[in-house]
Amino acid sequence: MTFQSLDSSPVASVEVPPGAAILRRGAVAARTKFNRYGLLLAFLAFWQIGSTQGWINPTVFPPLDKILAATWEGLVGGALLDDIAISLQRSGLAFAAAVGLAIPLGLFMGQIRAVEQALDPILQFFRQTSALALYPVFILLLGLGEASKVFVIFWATLFPILLATIGGVKEVDRKLIEMAATFGASRTTIFRRVVLPASVPSIFVGLRLSATTALLLLIAAEMIGANKGLGFQVMNAQYNFQIPQMFAAILLLAALGLTANALLVTLQRRLCRWADLTH
Amino acid sequence: MNVVEDTRRGEVTVRDLSKSFALNGQRLPVLRNLQLDIRGGEALAIVGPSGCGKTTLLRILAGLDRPDTGEVLIDGHPVRGVGTERAVIFQEPRLLPWLTVLGNVSFGLTVRGLTQAEAETRARHYIRLVGLGDFEAAYPRQLSGGMAQRVGIARALTVQPEILLLDEPLGALYAMTKLTMQEELTRIWREEKVTMVLVTHDLEEAIYLSDWVLVLPKAKGALPRLIEIDLPRPRDRSESRFVAMRKRLMAEFGLH
Repeated sequence: MTFQSLDSSPVASVEVPPGAAILRRGAVAARTKFNRYGLLLAFLAFWQIGSTQGWINPTVFPPLDKILAATWEGLVGGALLDDIAISLQRSGLAFAAAVGLAIPLGLFMGQIRAVEQALDPILQFFRQTSALALYPVFILLLGLGEASKVFVIFWATLFPILLATIGGVKEVDRKLIEMAATFGASRTTIFRRVVLPASVPSIFVGLRLSATTALLLLIAAEMIGANKGLGFQVMNAQYNFQIPQMFAAILLLAALGLTANALLVTLQRRLCRWADLTH
Repeated sequence: MNVVEDTRRGEVTVRDLSKSFALNGQRLPVLRNLQLDIRGGEALAIVGPSGCGKTTLLRILAGLDRPDTGEVLIDGHPVRGVGTERAVIFQEPRLLPWLTVLGNVSFGLTVRGLTQAEAETRARHYIRLVGLGDFEAAYPRQLSGGMAQRVGIARALTVQPEILLLDEPLGALYAMTKLTMQEELTRIWREEKVTMVLVTHDLEEAIYLSDWVLVLPKAKGALPRLIEIDLPRPRDRSESRFVAMRKRLMAEFGLH
């Protein structure tokens, strides 16, 4: 078959039934999918079968269909919608604030060496101080309400974006800046047309890191002092021994993380198409 | 139009130029009291051993570095920083990776305030001139070294400078690509009628491209020498006068 189609004339290749070609292409696509998701599917299958067959403790690891049913119930019944909304609000608000502060500040700091040098030690110190360790301090300052939760997420997401932005600006190729200067580009033009676009890939590294951190801190903050939110639901379901509900909340948190990352990857692909291009 | 102004287009004058660098607390002079006159439309190559100051001289001409003493005049006006009548082609193409070939070639013009559409119209002409008409939409990462350098050349030409300053522009290219590009540079130089100042470490390239070769010595006390390349164009690298000229230049460096 392969040899035939290799040395076949265009006329001969027309004779290949289109259905077969589609099937073959479908088979290739299926194999790629299998290579990528095969192990995950095997894991899920093992969970499902293991749980129903009693190889693993079904009270701790309920079968997947029960978890999915609990998720569906929570979503359709509306019990979890409030929690999703409040979790999204907390992490979204904090993330947006961190982006809004860290990117302009980072662009500024990366440009001016003296500012960067003066602020770097304190930034490194803050970065190394776990945001969770500071959560009690934030609670003391801002109370146990929304403000402290949003603030602890904001604090943790701020530094990856800030440091990535500063790094991006600092690592812009001086030779490109010099090239722009030979055309008479002003400082602002160089910033807008060279420094800013060159920093975008690095900024995205920070954004994706921060998105992960935002979810992590969200869950921790909601477990410690909240009566709503997905993190709270994980803890609450466990207290009440509603294990499928607990896994439902975990599943939704994972979905939230995957969605956030997918959104950022899509945005990155659109903005940094040039960085992916190879021969 | 002023006739006198017109004949002076692209004229470069260097007067009493000196430049030194600090090295381990000592001043290391690289250019000492240099005098140089380049008429408009001429091609000058600067050669010399590494550390002789050839790139420094080019950067001063470009307005990227300042001399310690002395001055550079372009068409009679002293140089203070970069200027619109000069364009630089660097050893590396220095393309902006997020812009297409068209975007990169238009860059200089858009920086100077032309609209994107105006800039692109002019850029397209020069993209075709360097033979990249089919690659307008390509990104730098998709180009070979020679193609990328052509983009750099087109970008410099698009701003229609009087003086092209080239810092070892073909130094990083493969031998064959290099020969083709030398031919193209000669063609472009004649078509665009620009003054060309070229730093190179390749003596054959210097003879092939230029009217004058400035030999900068590294040794203290030795004087720079200006050698006229009085050969008809187009030049033939294997012709006897070309070979003789190469011998003479090599002798300047004590080579045989």
